Amino acid sequence: MTQSQTSYSADQEVAQVRRRRTRGERIRLLLKKSPFTARIGLAIIIFYGLMALVGPFFAPYGESEIAGPPLAPWGNGFLFGTDQIGRDILSRLIFGARNTIGIALAATLLAFFLGGSLGLVAAISRGWVDQFISRSIDVVMAIPALIFALMLLTITGSNVWALVVIIALLDSTRVFRLTRSVAVSVSVMDYVEAARLRGEGLSWTMRREVLPNILPPLVAEFGLRFCFVSLTIAALSFLGVGIQPPTADWGTMVRETANMMQFARFDITAGLTPLMPAACIALLTIGVNFVVDWFLQTTSGLRDET
Amino acid sequence: MKHKSDNVLLDMRDIRIEGFSDEHWNPIIKGVDLQLRRGEVLGLIGESGAGKSTLGKAAMGYVQPGCRIAGGSIMFDGVDLARASEVEKRKFWGTRITYVAQSAAASFNPAHQLIAQTIRAKVRENIESENAARTDAQELYRSLSLPNPETIGDRYPHQVSGGQLQRIMTAMAMSPRPDLIIFDEPTTALDVTTQVEVLLSMRKIVREFGAAAIYITHDLAVVAQMADRIKVLRYGEEVEEAPTRTMLSDPKEDYTKSLWSVRALRKPVENTEDITLSVENVGASYGPVPVLFDVNLRIPRGRTVSVVGESGSGKSTTARVITGLLPPKRGRVVFNGEELPATLNGRSKEQLRRIQMIYQMADTAMNPRQTVGEIIGRPLEFYHGYKGKKLEAEIINLLEQIELNESFFDRLPSELSGGQKQRICIARALAADPDIILCDEVTSALDQIVQEGILQLLLRLQKEKGISYLFITHDIATVEAISDEIVVMSKGRVVEQGDKETVLSPPHPEYTQLLLSSVPEMDPAWLDKFA
Repeated sequence: MTQSQTSYSADQEVAQVRRRRTRGERIRLLLKKSPFTARIGLAIIIFYGLMALVGPFFAPYGESEIAGPPLAPWGNGFLFGTDQIGRDILSRLIFGARNTIGIALAATLLAFFLGGSLGLVAAISRGWVDQFISRSIDVVMAIPALIFALMLLTITGSNVWALVVIIALLDSTRVFRLTRSVAVSVSVMDYVEAARLRGEGLSWTMRREVLPNILPPLVAEFGLRFCFVSLTIAALSFLGVGIQPPTADWGTMVRETANMMQFARFDITAGLTPLMPAACIALLTIGVNFVVDWFLQTTSGLRDET
Repeated sequence: MKHKSDNVLLDMRDIRIEGFSDEHWNPIIKGVDLQLRRGEVLGLIGESGAGKSTLGKAAMGYVQPGCRIAGGSIMFDGVDLARASEVEKRKFWGTRITYVAQSAAASFNPAHQLIAQTIRAKVRENIESENAARTDAQELYRSLSLPNPETIGDRYPHQVSGGQLQRIMTAMAMSPRPDLIIFDEPTTALDVTTQVEVLLSMRKIVREFGAAAIYITHDLAVVAQMADRIKVLRYGEEVEEAPTRTMLSDPKEDYTKSLWSVRALRKPVENTEDITLSVENVGASYGPVPVLFDVNLRIPRGRTVSVVGESGSGKSTTARVITGLLPPKRGRVVFNGEELPATLNGRSKEQLRRIQMIYQMADTAMNPRQTVGEIIGRPLEFYHGYKGKKLEAEIINLLEQIELNESFFDRLPSELSGGQKQRICIARALAADPDIILCDEVTSALDQIVQEGILQLLLRLQKEKGISYLFITHDIATVEAISDEIVVMSKGRVVEQGDKETVLSPPHPEYTQLLLSSVPEMDPAWLDKFA
């Protein structure tokens, strides 16, 4: 800081001149400064991603291949044993990554796209548009979600696409509520008014002025919502309308192997078997939330310092 | 010194305060001494970031979270507050040392009655019974000339005006009869006519009870009314200190002189008959509530028209009608000879481009997630269709026009100072290449030195580009600095309109007179005229 200067000048207010950084440099800097937990979270997510992409090539057996005797114990060619009809648990865990993550991710993304867009439109337009969308959403929310999903799935039949769309539709109501409430407080800011005065259309205002400013709560919600969607899929699978056998899915696997728990007093590993897919879901949840926390932490500061 | 040493109430020696950011401790206050005798009022002035608030709060032994007292001593009545424990300090806080904050609205708990909050500290420390404290609080309300002193305390914070709330906060600070009160910019958020009332009652009550006070402000004229001595701070260091009269008449340091000369900016009046925009017989309302009645005003090309008036007089509403945000109920807005469509949606991109707006709070006028380059670049891209290299060159050109440089390109608004933010907002308006810029209180949130810089920039741009300004403000000094014509508004009507010299020289209509006389002057005796 120069202290000899006594009269005002903008140059002096400028004080430090900083070189412009490229996008690559900024990302590297961000990663370098990331906390330990965020790195663990990233590692977990990358591991799951790889597993979903290339895992099936490494799986010792096929997804629905009956590879050995039913309920085989751990070891002996089956690292985590086999299930009630003799399919290899490890292989199914690996195949399950693709199905579970893929479907849950697709459903959650679609839910955020639908709920987020509608929420932004409602918050920026206000007036009768807002009333119409909000009240319609209220009507949908008034019907118990699981029962509604069951009914719709009975109509469409259980296939993956119907499952994704229906779960996304039902979950988008929650996303809508959140988006609208946070976007309303942003859309009254002067910079949104400035964009309107400039003559910007709804789409620009939504995407560029409002969305970036409501991202932190939405991302936090995304982390949670993703986990809830996995649970909903598991619940639907349990009721027999979700992912259909023999497709491997962690939620379904928990259900199918659940009664192996009772053998835990004879063989502790048998009791652990149903917990394996549950642990897969739990670990992913933890990883996602570590990264979400890191994101929230960095965005609250809004800085990229040296 | 003529006072005896035992009269010293507060003695701060070589105070050093540091704040933690970017993973290391940075000095905020770099070794300042401060002495205060009983019954004395010390004014602390400086730009924002000078450390005046930090120093003022340190007089209570308090530092904000993330800061620490790194050295020095704060002797208050024989106790060193720099080393005292929280429990010890709590005995002083709220009873012997009290604090009046800048935003009374944010400092009161909206869920409790005012009087309960006024007497809280006293009742907590068992100084007085609750009933006695209540009676005393009503007396204080009376001496602060609050309306209905017996019952006003039963109200809740949202039920009284901003000026009243600030006075009730003063009553709260005065209620335990403290030895020391710290006023932290208590009138900055008020408009001039309210400010006079609050200043008067504050000064009266400080004198009546003989409390010592530290008065923190960036408004020199205000500090001239309140303080016996003035201390000027800059970059966390003392620039100079002197009794008020000496300081005003004979400042020693160049920096202080530059502070004093800020208000000397005057624009010579130029008149023209070429009208860019005229508002004709406009009436407007928010829902069923009428706010504008038959407003007429003209903006000559390349000139500045200032609209002055208290808050609620309809200044900003007039601007909203011109921009099309609020369609008028009656009347019309004529721009370059044609009538403008009343609503925003009815206007063409070209019409929108020609009328730009700059807001009071640059903080909320810029998207915190967009970089400076994006903020300035968007109007260039949107109105003129610039792309790629051309766009980048044009943005840098604009940054240079507002006396900043290329290094700002990738910064976020949170990385800018208040003055820089307002400059970026000016650049955004300039990017559209407008005929008129509506400036809504653009300098009132800024320190005076920074204000001067912004005003000079606006004047220069007007000269170079022939832009007209509609300048909304409640600050008469700003009006004198920048305008050619003045429109005085009160309660949704135009009270007076004319060129600067005519409006500012007597005879005035009654309201203009009140407004003009309420502007604090750099004369310590000015406030006495109202007593």
